[in-house]
Amino acid sequence: MDSSIFLLLAQDALTNGAIYILLAMATILIFGVTRITFLPQGEFVSYGALTLATLQMGKVPGTVWLVLVLGVVAAIMEAFRLQRAGLSREIPVAVVKTLIPPLVVSGIGYVCAPLNLNLGLQVLLTIMIVTMLGPLVYRVAFRPIADASILNLLIAAVAVHFALVGLGLLFFGAEGVRTPAFSEAQINLGVLTITGQSIWIYVTSIAFIGLLAYFFGRTMYGKALRAVAFNRNGARLVGISPSLAGTLAFALAALIGCLSGILIGPITTIYYDSGFLIGLKGFVSAIVGGMASYPLAAGGALLVGFSESFSSFWLSAYKDVVVFTMIIPVLLWLSLRSVHFEEEE
Amino acid sequence: MKKWTAALSMFAVISSATAAMADITIGVSIATTGSAASLGIPEKNSLVFAPKTIAGQKVNFVVYDDASDTTTAVQNTKRLISEANVDLLIGPSTTPNALAMVELATEAKTPMISLASGKPIVVPIEKRKWIFKMTANDEIAVGAMVNHMVKSGVKTVAAIATDDPYGEAKLKPFAELTAKHGIKVLMVEKFKKTDTSATAQILKIMSAKPDAVFVVAAGTPSAMPHTALYERGYKGKVYQSDGAANSDFLRVGGKALEGGLVSASPVLVAEQLPKGYPNREEALKFAKAYEGKFGPRSTFASHMWDALKLVETAVPKALKKGKPGTPEFREALRDAIETAHVKGAYAVFNFSPTDHSGVDVTGIAMLKIVNGKWKLEDYAKFK
Repeated sequence: MDSSIFLLLAQDALTNGAIYILLAMATILIFGVTRITFLPQGEFVSYGALTLATLQMGKVPGTVWLVLVLGVVAAIMEAFRLQRAGLSREIPVAVVKTLIPPLVVSGIGYVCAPLNLNLGLQVLLTIMIVTMLGPLVYRVAFRPIADASILNLLIAAVAVHFALVGLGLLFFGAEGVRTPAFSEAQINLGVLTITGQSIWIYVTSIAFIGLLAYFFGRTMYGKALRAVAFNRNGARLVGISPSLAGTLAFALAALIGCLSGILIGPITTIYYDSGFLIGLKGFVSAIVGGMASYPLAAGGALLVGFSESFSSFWLSAYKDVVVFTMIIPVLLWLSLRSVHFEEEE
Repeated sequence: MKKWTAALSMFAVISSATAAMADITIGVSIATTGSAASLGIPEKNSLVFAPKTIAGQKVNFVVYDDASDTTTAVQNTKRLISEANVDLLIGPSTTPNALAMVELATEAKTPMISLASGKPIVVPIEKRKWIFKMTANDEIAVGAMVNHMVKSGVKTVAAIATDDPYGEAKLKPFAELTAKHGIKVLMVEKFKKTDTSATAQILKIMSAKPDAVFVVAAGTPSAMPHTALYERGYKGKVYQSDGAANSDFLRVGGKALEGGLVSASPVLVAEQLPKGYPNREEALKFAKAYEGKFGPRSTFASHMWDALKLVETAVPKALKKGKPGTPEFREALRDAIETAHVKGAYAVFNFSPTDHSGVDVTGIAMLKIVNGKWKLEDYAKFK
């Protein structure tokens, strides 16, 4: 191995690592706010890339219908909940409130899909559709069991993962896609060729870290999310709705997942089931961060990226073994170091 | 006399009616969902061309999805054999599932026509009496490629393969045939279908400077190493295995694939084949029928097309020996398949008691990717 190969491998590692950072942040965010180990995070990645690819073909992506159907299901669930709580009078308002956002999003998606808009607008459309899925998935699958144990929530998350992968196959078919790059620009730095797309990935990743830092540090909603993550009951006592916080966290996670998908779509082939492994690597990074610390998770993501890239070079047959084996010492160290506390309730 | 002929014709009508009561039942288990769905879906598409009747007998199809999962494939087979009492099994789409089904079909003495390609499905022949397959053996596909390497003066080659049975099945004849022709294999790297990058492996390969690179993967995953080679400016030849040969591979790989070489069934370039090439006519017929309904043709769809043609050839012979639904009929059907000669779309099949694949070297041609389309590069001599 000479220095130029080292540099090329490092570049590859950084590009993948930047995506894992984004996904690790989404995983920690959801876990902190809702205590859900959200395995289907990767599905937002594949949905993002595949929805964009379908829009490129001028077709209406299946995710538009998914938004619509989930919206209707959510509205029905909302009506039932209110009726059982004896609040029948509030049903019409609640149903309309639940239905309007998905209806608007799927309506715009349906109308705009065949128009062959330019890439920028298609990206916006994709982000809108997939981001809408986040809160809807939360409303339908998790909110009714929001107070269940971490294990039950994990099982529900696994079920959601299988459902989303199956729907992905139904919507997008079995074959992979590659979306067009945002920019064809290339910068040559000695042996390195930096593509415009990888610059987009670095910039987006850094910008998002900054945005999230600002959101959590400076804004009311961000502080409310942190409060819920810190202490659910305490947050409820001071008037923060955990379900609103959950909705917000899922919207952010879906947005992050969708963006990651759109960013890596041009550099790799995305299949309906590729999201899982990418999401899992984000999850490993989140574990390195103890499912709590964003900076540590970012370090973990880079570690995953680097070990992946270098083990593919030396031991390509054992690449994933190397990456996933990393969890074991980390978990050992975390469990030895931290004070063990019983789960609440 | 008149009365007697009338009675006889009545009897003939009645007996043919009772014979028609026992319809032929064909069980199909393929992967229309899961990781091999890109194989199973075109296979299922081709089922619309299935005959409703063969030699006056009604044919029923019972179609199950094995979800690309071995356990499900086994369950499907058990259900097809014990509940639907099928006379014949068609499927599955993938080699691991086929190997799992082989025992069950043999035990139940039910002929099975596999659409998957692995050689162990029909070898050793004494244990595979009931099993047939509609695909060329690996050494024929790899052999066509190695011959092309020899012709174009390739001396050193590196391989990058998916770490699954598909990769292993191709690498074995690859190692043997390259050794036989004095081509040096510099290294064999591995990658996964779900990987987001193959840059590291490609860097390693390129630092060894091979004359050619052999990419071994089924379907669109084969585009990723190829793209990485293109991005790193690799100047040598890039070979792909027959599993790569579908239109989705071309779509996903785009311009990075230009000049790439693929060993694949001539069905993909039916129009460019010289007149008189063994499977040209049937391939054109299949292409016209399939593309009119489902879009670009695929070799997987042609496997099902050919399997149905084989059934149509074998069933009339078997009907003379037994009624559908009986062990005699299944036995007769097996015998009829074993001696069948079928001009298929994928290849010409000459089954024999020693060869249950029946595809010879004309079943694989070398194709080159030019302007995002398949171009016939080289083909085997034919009679």
